[in-house]
Amino acid sequence: MTVLAPLLRTRTSAVWLLLTVATVLSWALGTHHGLTIAILAIAFVKVRFVGLYFMELRGAPPALRTVFELYCAAVFLTLSVMYLLS
Amino acid sequence: MSTAVVGSRSSTPEPSRNYHVPGETGVWVFILGDMVVFAIMFATYLYYRGKDVALFNTSQLRLNPDFGLINTLLLLASSLLVVLAVGLVRAGIHRPAQPLILGAMACGGAFSVLKVIEYSGKLDVGITPQTNQFFMFYFVLTGLHWFHLAIGLAVLAYMYFSARRTSLDIKQFAWFEGAGCYWHMVDLLWIVLFPLLYLVN
Repeated sequence: MTVLAPLLRTRTSAVWLLLTVATVLSWALGTHHGLTIAILAIAFVKVRFVGLYFMELRGAPPALRTVFELYCAAVFLTLSVMYLLS
Repeated sequence: MSTAVVGSRSSTPEPSRNYHVPGETGVWVFILGDMVVFAIMFATYLYYRGKDVALFNTSQLRLNPDFGLINTLLLLASSLLVVLAVGLVRAGIHRPAQPLILGAMACGGAFSVLKVIEYSGKLDVGITPQTNQFFMFYFVLTGLHWFHLAIGLAVLAYMYFSARRTSLDIKQFAWFEGAGCYWHMVDLLWIVLFPLLYLVN
């Protein structure tokens, strides 16, 4: 555990905690309130965090990071618009 | 360069100063390609949902979002374990990384057990991919994701055996890191799939 301590005291662990809380929150929103756009927004914020922190894209060359960020934005917008039009 | 050994803290990529492609570049072509394929399937799902919203909404009520929630938490926990394992190996600490990778595999295994329980629960009450369009999407999308997860378990096994080496050269470490990124992609796709199938109504 001692070798893990410095690794656990990083922003990535905090991000993991945030993602876990956000997951339970969107589950509660979905099962009790049905706030779809909020749920989709939370999902894509989570996706972005997984990319930037877990996949370490925040330290990647700008081109790779930009492609990933554009993917998050484009898919979120497309799915939201499709949902709202349905 | 290719013979350099990953094992000192100085090799840790410093975000924003020294750009670092996590994993092999080729792995990223595959990961991004897969993400685009899934995005197209997500949009296709919403397109067909738009044609019969009532059917999709009533069918969705027969899913149990608790399965989706627990599976999301399992994948998030496995991702953190993989992040920690990559961090340890990068720091040259290999042995303690192994149980973390095994832990991530256990999370993937638990995900699979829940999928079997969930699928058999559906089949028991006569719900199959032929039931209606919603359940066709449900089985195809979750099934394809599960297929990726199964490959992911093999990828984690590769990471486990990689971590058993006393040292990794730059190229070996890039494959190790890339393998971790693949596992995160399995997590990332489920993060969208879960709300889309179980919660959007």
